[in-house]
Amino acid sequence: MSALDALAKACEVRPGEDGDAVQGVTPSYVAEPATVAEAAELMRAAAEHGLTVVPRGAGTKMHWGAPPDGCDLLVDTRRLHRIVEHAAGDLVVKTEAGLALDDLREALAGSRQQLALDPLPPGGTVGGVLATGTAGPRRLLYGSARDLLIGVTVVRADGVVAHAGGKVVKNVAGYDLGKLFTGSYGTLGLIVEAAFRLHPLPRATAYVSATAADAGQALAMVQALLGSALVPTAIEVDGPGPITVAALFEGVPDGVPPRAEAACALIGGRTGEGPPGWWGRLPEGEVLAEVRALPTALADLFGGLGGAARIRGSAGRGVWHVALPADGADDVLERLRRHGSAVVLAAPAGVRLDRWGPIPALPLMRRVKDQFDPEHRLAPGRFVGGI
Amino acid sequence: MALLDALAARLRQIVGAENVISDPAELATYDCDGLTYHRATPGVVVLPDTAEQIAAIVRACADAGVPYVARGSGTGLSGGALPRTDGVLIVTSRMRRVLDVDAANQRAVVEPGVINLDVTRAARPYGYYFAPDPSSQQVCSIGGNVAENSGGAHCLKYGFTVNHVLACEVVTPDGEIVELTEGPGYDLLGAFVGSEGTLGITTKVTVRLTRLPESVRTLLAGFDSMERAGAAVSAIIADGVVPAAIEMMDALSIEAAEAAVSCGYPPGAGAVLIVELDGPASEVDAQFERVKELCAEAFELRVAADDVERGLIWRGRKSAFAAVGRISPDYIVQDGVIPRTMLPQVLARIDAISRERGVRVANVFHAGDGNLHPLVLFDGSEAGAGERAEEVSGRIIDLCIEHGGSITGEHGVGIDKAKHMPRMFTGEDLDTMQMVRCAFDPAGLCNPGKIYPTPRLCGEVPGRRRGVHPLVESGKADLF
Repeated sequence: MSALDALAKACEVRPGEDGDAVQGVTPSYVAEPATVAEAAELMRAAAEHGLTVVPRGAGTKMHWGAPPDGCDLLVDTRRLHRIVEHAAGDLVVKTEAGLALDDLREALAGSRQQLALDPLPPGGTVGGVLATGTAGPRRLLYGSARDLLIGVTVVRADGVVAHAGGKVVKNVAGYDLGKLFTGSYGTLGLIVEAAFRLHPLPRATAYVSATAADAGQALAMVQALLGSALVPTAIEVDGPGPITVAALFEGVPDGVPPRAEAACALIGGRTGEGPPGWWGRLPEGEVLAEVRALPTALADLFGGLGGAARIRGSAGRGVWHVALPADGADDVLERLRRHGSAVVLAAPAGVRLDRWGPIPALPLMRRVKDQFDPEHRLAPGRFVGGI
Repeated sequence: MALLDALAARLRQIVGAENVISDPAELATYDCDGLTYHRATPGVVVLPDTAEQIAAIVRACADAGVPYVARGSGTGLSGGALPRTDGVLIVTSRMRRVLDVDAANQRAVVEPGVINLDVTRAARPYGYYFAPDPSSQQVCSIGGNVAENSGGAHCLKYGFTVNHVLACEVVTPDGEIVELTEGPGYDLLGAFVGSEGTLGITTKVTVRLTRLPESVRTLLAGFDSMERAGAAVSAIIADGVVPAAIEMMDALSIEAAEAAVSCGYPPGAGAVLIVELDGPASEVDAQFERVKELCAEAFELRVAADDVERGLIWRGRKSAFAAVGRISPDYIVQDGVIPRTMLPQVLARIDAISRERGVRVANVFHAGDGNLHPLVLFDGSEAGAGERAEEVSGRIIDLCIEHGGSITGEHGVGIDKAKHMPRMFTGEDLDTMQMVRCAFDPAGLCNPGKIYPTPRLCGEVPGRRRGVHPLVESGKADLF
């Protein structure tokens, strides 16, 4: 049986087109499994024929990560779009991986609940946000995808379906494969279902923002907010020129205004119901990098940027996105890496960069990859160290 | 024994003779952790002081093919630190330095033997604390918290240890010292925390510190019945309140707590609820009034006026496990989880099982997240009583699985619940989890026999085959 016939027995399959290309690599086949069982059969067929496999959700972040070394089969997860279970009284939801985050948000809003994750960039699917491990401003209070994920179903490279975690928030039975798969860029297996803990939607919100004269003053503002007992949901900084510090407060109608006022007093800011225009959006530039550093390294990071770069992110957690011109990007990355880690998420084709920088525990990561995908067929080359 | 004697000699070279225990009487004091009905006297005990020493110990064990188990304060309740008679017990209790408190970056760096509450003590002068608060926090160690992914009463709002660990320095089963961080690359840190000591030994932990709340309000509500208390919990959650903690106790556990610590809970209560809110004063004040309204069915409502009164309210709850000793010679502490909304059905079933088998069950739980801690009472001197209690305890775990919950919410699987794993997970699930084990510990020497009932032979990697499997090399196994 030909590879196409074997794949077509599992689910709908069509030939890949230019529009399906993953960073210039056009897949031979595009498959759209509609159930977990179909996804499993598809992955078994791919294994039997030794096909390289790259998963795709809404495709908002396919330009992130290194280009794949091969892509025989692109697995489009968007037909896996069901909400398997929303236990509102338990503040838990279980969904299929191809569900659009916007659709999930709408479905949960009816119960005044939310998955407290800000998709970056907007759009995207449950599986995509997990595979890339992205989180936006509210990560300060709620953490990132790994902190909200309570259960996961994956299809392994050999087509075996495996679960970890469950659908209760408190659970320490077995290894937490969900965390391992979060941020793994499709290199360990295909995420097909996920269960999350939910939070109530806040009844009131307020944003506080202030302009800082320089990075030193921005750092002082962030420290004042961070060290206060006002419990901001987010503390974001955008810069340079001008440098804006903004914070989000969420809570009950009587509770939020006094907190926002106190925050205004701390940083000399003003309060408003809406966020600044840049809030929750990625900075734009040729090269996009994610930088992690101590919150107190803020001024050092700004100092290392050089002329045309833009930095924005969770100053409270020390997780930043930096946009910079391709020309000279390596120098900027090298300077940023003196203060933490800097990973290139996206870069124009043909630009040669040290995408990852030093990776502690890389040999251990390779061994994990070898266990889960011994033939290196899953999103090959997309991840750290060429994994 | 010759093997262990030779290994002990090498361990003495690594840490000094005074830090190696091989005297049988002294070894016997390490024969169990907090779960005392599993016992095994360790072959050798070693008390290292540095990561380098632990790395050398692990390499020595690997060379000799001898299994080893790490132990912190030994308060675990699933036998996760149960020693091996044929192995080495690596005790981290000498490593208890708080290396750094960095308030500006909301973190502290501590050695694994540091006591949980000592992190908070070190951070409090800066206005911070360490949020995970297992009931044993006065004695349990951070290394143990990392191994077990410990929770506590306040994890409903603040999450578990894994949400508060930013990095771990780890000695891998290869004897390498590696740093597991939040990124970049695979989240090995997330996989390591909660792996019950089976993926390596943590030698330094960077923890997140949480700002002390401006306001804490605590109430105690007495209800006629568990049903009414449960309904109040549902109403609070449905209203969108996220309390710091919601704890529930039934009549039997209240009786035990009264006998032990005279906590003065409302007399005649069929159930009590403790609800605690914390955060900015303006938030807490508004939400606390709402919680009081939602507890309208309570026949008595007490609000703690200060920290002393708050301490009294918590005293009964925190003493509950030990207090049961006042009303029963022996008891099993169970730890299971159900979706919170299933609480009424599951409590009714537990009650039915208890009556049917004539075994008393006291119920204490973290009601906000459905984490049950039934205390199954028995008299070990009575023939068959222990077996009946075991059976009831096992049936409660069955109920948790049937209702879509978990066999453990915070105590871990350890040696005690490995047998239940195949009922919560499929063979494929367990096989997949053990791929992680094989990546970290292909020789299977690091806390073997815990979590998984059947070890995976790590040589069986389909496709590629690299090198010779250690079990094959050592002559203990053959590949066919």
